[in-house]
Amino acid sequence: MTSVLPRPTLPGPDQEARASHLAERVFRIRESGILVVLLVFVGVTTAVQHRFLGASNIQFVLVDTASFALLALGETMVVLTRNVDLSVGSVVGLSAYLSTQLFADHPGIAIPVVFLAGLGIGLACGIVNGVMVAAGRVPSLVVTLATLYIIRGIDILIVGGNEVTASSLPDSFLNIPKDTILGIPDIAIAVAALIAIGWYYLRTFRSGRDLYAIGSNPDAARLAGLPAGRRVFTAFAVSGAIAGVAGVLWGAQYGTINSTAGTGYELQVVSAVVVGGVAIFGGSGSVIGAGLGALLLATISSALYVLGISPFWDQAIWGFLLLVAIALDQTITERLTSALRRTRTRHE
Amino acid sequence: MEVRSVDAPEEPADGQVLLELRHAAKSFGAVRALIDGSVELRAGEVHALLGENGAGKSTLVKILAGVHQPDDGTLIVPGRAGGDGRAGGDGRAGGDGREIRLNGPAAARAAGIAVIYQEPTLFPDLTVAENMFIGRQPLRSGRRIDRRAMLAEAAAIFTRLGVPLNPSRLARGLSIADQQVVEIGKALSLDARVIVMDEPTAALSAAEVARLFEVVRTLKAQGAAVLFISHRLEEVFTICQRVTVMRDGKHVLSSDLAGLTARDLVRAMVGRELAERPPEAAGATPGDTVLDVRRLTREGVFTDISLAVRAGEIVALAGLVGSGRSEVARAIFGIDRYDAGSVTVSGKPLRKASPAGSMAAGIGLVPEDRRQQGLVMDMSVQQNVALASLGRLGKGGLIRASAERAMASDWAARLAIKYSRLTDPVGTLSGGNQQKVVLARWLGRKPAVLIVDEPTRGIDVGTKAEVHQLLTGLARSGVAVLMISSELPEVLGVADRVLVMREGQLVAEFGHADASEEAIMSAAMGQQEVAQ
Repeated sequence: MTSVLPRPTLPGPDQEARASHLAERVFRIRESGILVVLLVFVGVTTAVQHRFLGASNIQFVLVDTASFALLALGETMVVLTRNVDLSVGSVVGLSAYLSTQLFADHPGIAIPVVFLAGLGIGLACGIVNGVMVAAGRVPSLVVTLATLYIIRGIDILIVGGNEVTASSLPDSFLNIPKDTILGIPDIAIAVAALIAIGWYYLRTFRSGRDLYAIGSNPDAARLAGLPAGRRVFTAFAVSGAIAGVAGVLWGAQYGTINSTAGTGYELQVVSAVVVGGVAIFGGSGSVIGAGLGALLLATISSALYVLGISPFWDQAIWGFLLLVAIALDQTITERLTSALRRTRTRHE
Repeated sequence: MEVRSVDAPEEPADGQVLLELRHAAKSFGAVRALIDGSVELRAGEVHALLGENGAGKSTLVKILAGVHQPDDGTLIVPGRAGGDGRAGGDGRAGGDGREIRLNGPAAARAAGIAVIYQEPTLFPDLTVAENMFIGRQPLRSGRRIDRRAMLAEAAAIFTRLGVPLNPSRLARGLSIADQQVVEIGKALSLDARVIVMDEPTAALSAAEVARLFEVVRTLKAQGAAVLFISHRLEEVFTICQRVTVMRDGKHVLSSDLAGLTARDLVRAMVGRELAERPPEAAGATPGDTVLDVRRLTREGVFTDISLAVRAGEIVALAGLVGSGRSEVARAIFGIDRYDAGSVTVSGKPLRKASPAGSMAAGIGLVPEDRRQQGLVMDMSVQQNVALASLGRLGKGGLIRASAERAMASDWAARLAIKYSRLTDPVGTLSGGNQQKVVLARWLGRKPAVLIVDEPTRGIDVGTKAEVHQLLTGLARSGVAVLMISSELPEVLGVADRVLVMREGQLVAEFGHADASEEAIMSAAMGQQEVAQ
């Protein structure tokens, strides 16, 4: 029995174009959303306390942001692949101590060498994580939770009760966070440049796009023959290396480094990444958003301080923002999906 | 020497053989999924692959996709380098046939074979164009992705296919029909010559099917060979030119469709030597209705299912995989909800979505997947048998091990379950014996109604017969049995009545006298009842 089917009306190109514009608009909204919240916070705080927008305070916030934004860059690469790196705080701590210790042990050592040493330490930790996750197929949550403790333990063993004090560090090193160009701290510019490079890499190179694919649909990535293991390993290695560099920066910023350096950083970094619009299960998000997330969290910290609110509220507010961000992203994804579904071919 | 042309695809002459599979065989352990699979695909044709469930179609497809390697047989793809890279001769398209071995999906792609599955897997967060080109995006200077070229190429392919899909939209939210088009586009961008479509229309609306057929006709016109697997014979006659039928893992016939009727095809699909059917169940005439299902409906899954099973009768529920039979059973037993209708057991209405309530009312369910749903694999034989009767076997919340052991050993004897020790993990038993353990568990509750879903799947012939005898004996003792089965000989041999489901609805009912494999199969596939 043959039936004569009516010739279907194919969707016009404008219907399809609307679908892609919708998606783009949503993502831009997501990132501008962070800016809006940021502006609101700055606005409200400045209204109460003028010195919040003073040059010295802005510089302080930007320096604070710089290391977290740097960590967020590395963390984003890992989270995009549907993984997480919880060991970054411990890596920062280990790198901070071991690298600054070089100044005491090898007086006159060149600063770039110290940074390289920090990078090397972080890279080694990242490689360990990468091997266990990619080759060992152990979930990254478990692996990096373990290395969080193991690396911290190694740090405590090495450091013991000692600490590196500012007096043993050369002034040129301690001035790094203080140097500014046109009023903007050097390291903030440097980190912003790195984030821009990271953003460009993730959207223009095959290996960068692979990270998104792996997080978006790991099974499809395998079927498509993408070198998932290699990509995930590299993401962890990079995240570790970045954490190592961030550790050296930490040393320059605080001057006094003991075995508690970097404790708890991982949560702030992951929060920054999620608040910045990177999907916690991977596949979407940008390093710029993550950087903005770091900026937002640092601004809130500073705002609370300036307003005289106890710093203990920091974490509560970050946690609240994290919930809001995830709930918002969930809603956005659902709305977006149904909107995109509706712009498909309409035959019925 | 590079064999494949990477630029403009040269269209092969119509009728030229693009792929030939000869006498492929594949076994998984003791199960011979494919015994003699053969198919020949020519350029510019749409070729149907037909067969019942279990005929070996998906194994054949997986061999073409490079997912499985055949134990035997040859695959010839003229004009392509072998999967292992050897490219002897001059390998021009249309030249000498070259036997190849596909050692993985990448090799299949390199050989120009693409498979579109029923549920495509795309990357929802990437654009359509990126989905098509992931891992091999066109590059410009400095190994940077050339987005413009990627979008242009994707757009060109969709123009070729006649489908105006926007390549820069996200894959998220695409309908299954559109996802399939993206997969087809991807196949074309990989220069696929052979496109296998595994039941592509199962999830599509009528209009989407029409559009898919337009795309298929375009592929055909451009010289590709399309292998079209479907259970809908009307579609096969609409779009295909030739057909290959398989049965019980073997190739049965390959021919032009012109001149064949649906009845011919159905007969080829089921026409095995009709084994002597056991005489009408020599038992007492069936008693009262025990299980009464009225107009059971679950949105999108099954509609208006009404059936009745009387004490002492075995009613079979036949149909193709995906017709909704297991879902009906699960809804009756209470694992899934239903939206409308009612279920009554021995006159008492049954609370919906409550397995505990169903069990209390005397229903037992032996599920389709004994490993995942029927047994607790880590527990012992003894524990599995006793699992549904724990209330009876102890006092004050404590299970008495001796009672458990006695029950298990009693049933093991009755059902002739072969085991080494009752305390061994049930996973160590053979499939047939595992199935008997599940049966023992439910029989131990003395149910009034027993629903069995594919009772002898994956079981050796000897144990199959034992299970059939068990079921018949059970019916004779007054239990109402509802048996879901895809094996037609089983249905005919054991059932008193046969109900056929198709795409969520009951479409036919046969008594013992007028049931035949052809009749059941025709009904399951939507053809009119074949007159005897």
